[in-house]
Amino acid sequence: MSRARRPLQAALLIGGAALIAAGILTGELPVLLRKAVFICLECIGIG
Amino acid sequence: MVRRRIVQALTALAYNLNLKGFIQGSIYQGPVKNACVPGLNCYSCPGALGSCPLGSLQSAFGAVASKVSLYVVGTLVFLGALLGRFICGWACPFGFIQELLHKIPSRKLRHKKAFGVLKYGKYAMLGVFVLLLPIVYAVQTGIAAPAFCKYICPAGTLEAGVPLVALSPALQSSVGWLFSWKMLILVGVVAASVFVWRPFCRFLCPLGAIYGFFNRISVFGMRFEPAACTQCRACARACRADIDPSKTHNSAECVRCGDCVRACPNSALKFGAAQKIKPGRRGNVSPGRTALRRP
Repeated sequence: MSRARRPLQAALLIGGAALIAAGILTGELPVLLRKAVFICLECIGIG
Repeated sequence: MVRRRIVQALTALAYNLNLKGFIQGSIYQGPVKNACVPGLNCYSCPGALGSCPLGSLQSAFGAVASKVSLYVVGTLVFLGALLGRFICGWACPFGFIQELLHKIPSRKLRHKKAFGVLKYGKYAMLGVFVLLLPIVYAVQTGIAAPAFCKYICPAGTLEAGVPLVALSPALQSSVGWLFSWKMLILVGVVAASVFVWRPFCRFLCPLGAIYGFFNRISVFGMRFEPAACTQCRACARACRADIDPSKTHNSAECVRCGDCVRACPNSALKFGAAQKIKPGRRGNVSPGRTALRRP
């Protein structure tokens, strides 16, 4: 495996996990949940 | 092939385990919906337990303090870096549906040149409908409308629009031009799927575009052994996405269905930790001859 690939993979995995954690800690989940738990009229083509 | 079908069926079921929603015409509102599922699965589907990453990404513009959802972006980066488009090939219900439709006997269309141009459509979808338009709406109105979900997504129409409208007289009375437009797109994708392999995934899906960016560097992907390859091109003939795996085994277009792995007579292609092609010798025998296995 290319030597450059492994650090990049690790950086992306760690970075992705860090972003997930940051999003949870900054309270994003309730905001997203508010959208997800009601029928999205745009998504079903009502408008 | 059978193993992949089983995984596809099980993931489609796992994403949509709220089966009572299909009977009641309601959607799941529990805490599991905090989680983004990896594949394209509308969160307004009556069965959906999790959230669609694309819908969540669009809805978050302007709605969260950071303007971009760190959680959704992090989820996409993590899953992309880990699996790339394995998710498309093994864990996307809408991709699964297209493949089932493609099994309907008919003439199958392949046009490498035309499809080679059409594949850029998914990047246009990503740039315009997933990123640009929701941001424009958020700036103008303070609310980010999910433009891809609203104007395009056939998965949402099929999984959410059709069952919810069918079960609700109130929604039926609200149906207008937008529903008709989305049904037209859905019918078009369904029809195209019979003749073309996974047309939505290859030409329109923004989520496939996102995961495709990671294909060359994802932890799990395709391994290619140049020394075992005899350049017989059995892999290229087997690939329904018009890729030549012996040249680009981790192409952004590859959904890692494994057809090339099964087709290769010399086991030069495998699933596993993704590997860069080593420069140098590409085969021990002349093209067209079967290679002897190395001791």
